Amino acid sequence: MRVTLQRRQGTCCIDVAFSSDENGITALFGPSGAGKSSIINMVAGLKKPDKGSIFIRGRWLFDSAHGINLPPEKRKVGYVFQDGLLFPHLSVRGNLLYGRHRNQSGDDNVTFKQIVNLLDIQHLLSRKPNTLSGGEKQRVAFGRAVLSNPDILLMDEPLASLDDARKDEMLPFIKKLNMRLGIPILYVSHSLQEILTLTDNVIVLTNGKIVEAS
Amino acid sequence: MPSPLSPVEMDALLLSLKVAFWAVLCSLPFGVMLAWVLTRLDFPGKSLLDGLLHLPLVLPPVVIGYLLLVALGRNGLIGKMLHEYLGISIAFTWKGAVAASAIMAFPLLVRTVRLSLDAVDTRLEMAARTLGAGSWRVFCTITLPLSIPGIVAGMVLAFARSLGEFGATITFVSNIPGQTQTLPLALYSMTQVPNGEAAAMRLCCIAIVIALLALMGANLLETYFRRHVEG
Repeated sequence: MRVTLQRRQGTCCIDVAFSSDENGITALFGPSGAGKSSIINMVAGLKKPDKGSIFIRGRWLFDSAHGINLPPEKRKVGYVFQDGLLFPHLSVRGNLLYGRHRNQSGDDNVTFKQIVNLLDIQHLLSRKPNTLSGGEKQRVAFGRAVLSNPDILLMDEPLASLDDARKDEMLPFIKKLNMRLGIPILYVSHSLQEILTLTDNVIVLTNGKIVEAS
Repeated sequence: MPSPLSPVEMDALLLSLKVAFWAVLCSLPFGVMLAWVLTRLDFPGKSLLDGLLHLPLVLPPVVIGYLLLVALGRNGLIGKMLHEYLGISIAFTWKGAVAASAIMAFPLLVRTVRLSLDAVDTRLEMAARTLGAGSWRVFCTITLPLSIPGIVAGMVLAFARSLGEFGATITFVSNIPGQTQTLPLALYSMTQVPNGEAAAMRLCCIAIVIALLALMGANLLETYFRRHVEG
């Protein structure tokens, strides 16, 4: 993954360039307002950079120099939002299967059963999202994103709305998703503990600029 | 048991229900589409479109009826083409009453649908797009199901408004018993003839009952769909 982005928003200007290995977890770390969420929104195609390029797993998702700008539905990214954003009118099963049509090409590398077992959500399949706890919702959100067969998982502070005990429960699930399925993860957080547990590839941001990468 | 309504009154009642039904059905796709355009898109001339849409709410209904006559009458711009090429005549028929009712109820329909589209969290639509859904699939599988309660409310409101339509209808399709005489027009006719008070009162009571049933039905349906949507 190679990302170079420039975007002016309000008084702040995002100007970053980073690359990461194909299968690991890369963390974007920094205080609120540092531009972390804006960066993954740009990678997902939900915000447009003024200039730059995004190259993931052999595909250009965005390249201002060549006029490439794939819409979000063509980018093959799995996005886990801070509050899960499960579709309230669909059951857990319906949510999990929403992105499955992307798998019809036959390059299906994860099965429904595998994910359901991995995330321990078999008993929730027929329930509606508003009957789930915060941790359960996020596990379903992970499953939904993974089952859409993405080239990369983007996680925008996925544990921010959970209490500490729930956070500790969830971290192993994220590690498992990455290690067993080999899907790279771009993980946004302002919690040092989460980042230290999950990854040693950290990009530290302040005011839209990278101050350290290790 | 003999019907408490005379044949003329029964005709007017059935015609009113038929006109209101078709008016809502025909205007619904356009109403939902326009509401979506106004809530989700930004484009030059949006406020003009919004203003035009609300005109039937503020213009005298007779003006709308007259404009319809000018446009869709046998010698009107569109009416002439419809008659020559398709053999369809709208003025002075029940189809004309449908057109008049649909146009008068349209702003109410769009306003209500718009409110429900506004209430749908657009981040859910973004989430669907990151899962590979294009705009049309997002609309059909996320936006539309989540705004169903508001759409149902809008339909019932438009239905009730269509039942009460008077000014545009009488101007455009006149007041022909059995053909274009809807319930309000029949009631008006009864007030113009000697000894028509009893019939007028009967029609008046029917109008009130139908309107009340429609509003209660709207509430029930809205609650049902909201529960269904939210689980």
